[in-house]
Amino acid sequence: MTFIVVSLIKIALVMAFFMTTLAYLQWIERKVLSHIQLRVGPRRVGPHGLLQPLADVVKLLTKEDVMPSYVNRFFYLLAPAIAITLCLLSIAVMPFGPEISVFGYRTEMQITDLNIGILFVLAVTSIGVYGIALGGWASNNKYSLIGGLRSAAQMVSYELPMSIAIVAPLLLLNTLSFRHMVENQGGYEFGFLPRWSIFQGPWPQIFGFIIYLIAAFAETNRIPFDLPEAENELVAGYHTEYSSMKFASFFMAEYANMTTVCCIATLLFLGGWHPLFPAPYSNFVPVVVFLLLAGVCFYHGLNPARKWDNITLPIVGVVAIVLALLFFVPVLNTILIPIFWFVSKVGFLLFVFIWVRGTLPRFRYDQLMKFAWTFLFPAALINLLITGFLVAVAGH
Amino acid sequence: MNTILFLIFAIIAVACGLNLVLQKHPISSALSLVGVMASLAVLYLQLGAEFLAAVQVIVYAGAIMVLFVFVIMLLNAGAEKSSNKSWFAQIIGLPLLLAFVAVMGFLIEAFLPPLRAAEFGEWVGGSAQQIGRVLFTEYLLPFEVTSILILIAIVGAVVLARKEID
Amino acid sequence: MHQVPLSWYLILSAILFALGVAGFLYRRSIITVFMSIELMLNAVNLTFISFSYQLRQVDGHIYAFFVMVVAAAEAAVGLAIILTVFKNRSTLQIDEIDSMKL
Repeated sequence: MTFIVVSLIKIALVMAFFMTTLAYLQWIERKVLSHIQLRVGPRRVGPHGLLQPLADVVKLLTKEDVMPSYVNRFFYLLAPAIAITLCLLSIAVMPFGPEISVFGYRTEMQITDLNIGILFVLAVTSIGVYGIALGGWASNNKYSLIGGLRSAAQMVSYELPMSIAIVAPLLLLNTLSFRHMVENQGGYEFGFLPRWSIFQGPWPQIFGFIIYLIAAFAETNRIPFDLPEAENELVAGYHTEYSSMKFASFFMAEYANMTTVCCIATLLFLGGWHPLFPAPYSNFVPVVVFLLLAGVCFYHGLNPARKWDNITLPIVGVVAIVLALLFFVPVLNTILIPIFWFVSKVGFLLFVFIWVRGTLPRFRYDQLMKFAWTFLFPAALINLLITGFLVAVAGH
Repeated sequence: MNTILFLIFAIIAVACGLNLVLQKHPISSALSLVGVMASLAVLYLQLGAEFLAAVQVIVYAGAIMVLFVFVIMLLNAGAEKSSNKSWFAQIIGLPLLLAFVAVMGFLIEAFLPPLRAAEFGEWVGGSAQQIGRVLFTEYLLPFEVTSILILIAIVGAVVLARKEID
Repeated sequence: MHQVPLSWYLILSAILFALGVAGFLYRRSIITVFMSIELMLNAVNLTFISFSYQLRQVDGHIYAFFVMVVAAAEAAVGLAIILTVFKNRSTLQIDEIDSMKL
């Protein structure tokens, strides 16, 4: 009975955290993209535009929900439902930290640990193709159909190099369950080099990591692979005919997919919640980061660009100092430090996603497909062959 | 708990199968087939075949059925036209089908030796390690032969489906 | 009741197989006929896995795995054939593809 209650609490916490992350990921993307493009980005709604996601949610909810008369109603409503349900499913098997004990009850920082965790995530990604294909087809619109089919073909083509790039570190880590994968990446080689998949073993998985990241860009329909949903190419592709809440579902599904692939990359290649250097020294990194943040806030609070930043920036600085002090409390330490490392690694990968969006132009569709089948797939296969050969020869 | 799970997913599987046979438009049939495959994957999990349940969803529901859905969308297959060819077949079809199922059920219950009771988690023999061990030692020859079979299928599909350049 | 008799799985497999046969004989669109074949293959997979559970051996899983692989190859080639038939006859109803009849 306690197991059910604890699981429900975990689900509620993960859902709340994840949904807030999705909303603020959009804010981060707009701000980072605008600074790359030498402009400021949203700054009117709330200080530095921080309440912009709230305004967007209100807008999307109150927009008129148009249901065109010529669409196939059942599939038109089913497509965003599939898209949003499936990309929230994968977060259920991802671990955020080691086993902790809260008020004397030992539990893991994960909703559930499947023996076939990585296969479950691959299965959910495979079914996610239906959301887009059906969305494109049910809209009864030639641009949507072309966009939907192109996007589905792209997702299916890039699933192959992604799966093969995933298999290579599994040979090193010898397990399919996410928790055991991260536990096998603990420890330090020569005392300072962490035993993450990209550093360890007979063949460090750097190429696998890069191949996986490129395939992940294509799976989530991000630039440079976002031809099927680009606005100036296909009138917004498969979500042309969707408005308000259904469009919001597709939108959220894209960001959730992005977060999911970054989480998988962290768990498989970057060592999950393990810190970058050994334990006693790395415990100070979160404190230093938050104190630096507080310092920056106070410095800018002294001569701010806008008048009321005199008050808001120092408040943010004080919050940052409180967070830094929280890391000294030993009870919260065991929970917060793994989450800090996990979130910073996932955050770094998300920043790379947004950075690439602001930097690269997009591929044409035939270039995209040729790249997948003639370059990425053989590269992933060669990576797997070398890994397998060296693991067999060098022993484990 | 086991019984409830089995009943729910068995009923979903049979309902989706009926939907596949009775729907007029091929895309509804295709999605019903995806529903059948997904509920069968849950039933495989109940029988301890965890690797095969994941492979069923990844390969069957996630790749083969996507291929079907693509072909239906590309060919713009419309709803079937019904034809009134044989009233005899229409009358006798359903009772024959029910008779077939009844005979199979009777044979299963009466002539097979007593079977185990399926309990979730009692035998998890289908884990990836065990399947890998048997697949690469005892069944290595069929494994290599199927890889050549897939190569033949790829070449055949590409040759058949490409545009003729005159 | 915590246990489900294994014969229920076999009866479910028989029902799905019968539905596949019904779809194969009754429907007129080539693609739906093809999907009924896939339904029959799925029913057979369920039987393989049920008996693998009964005999506590993993061989049934391997057979089901090979059935899936062969079904994938067959689906690819079959759909390519359907595309070619559609290009030549412009129809997907199997009644109308009868130009080789006497």
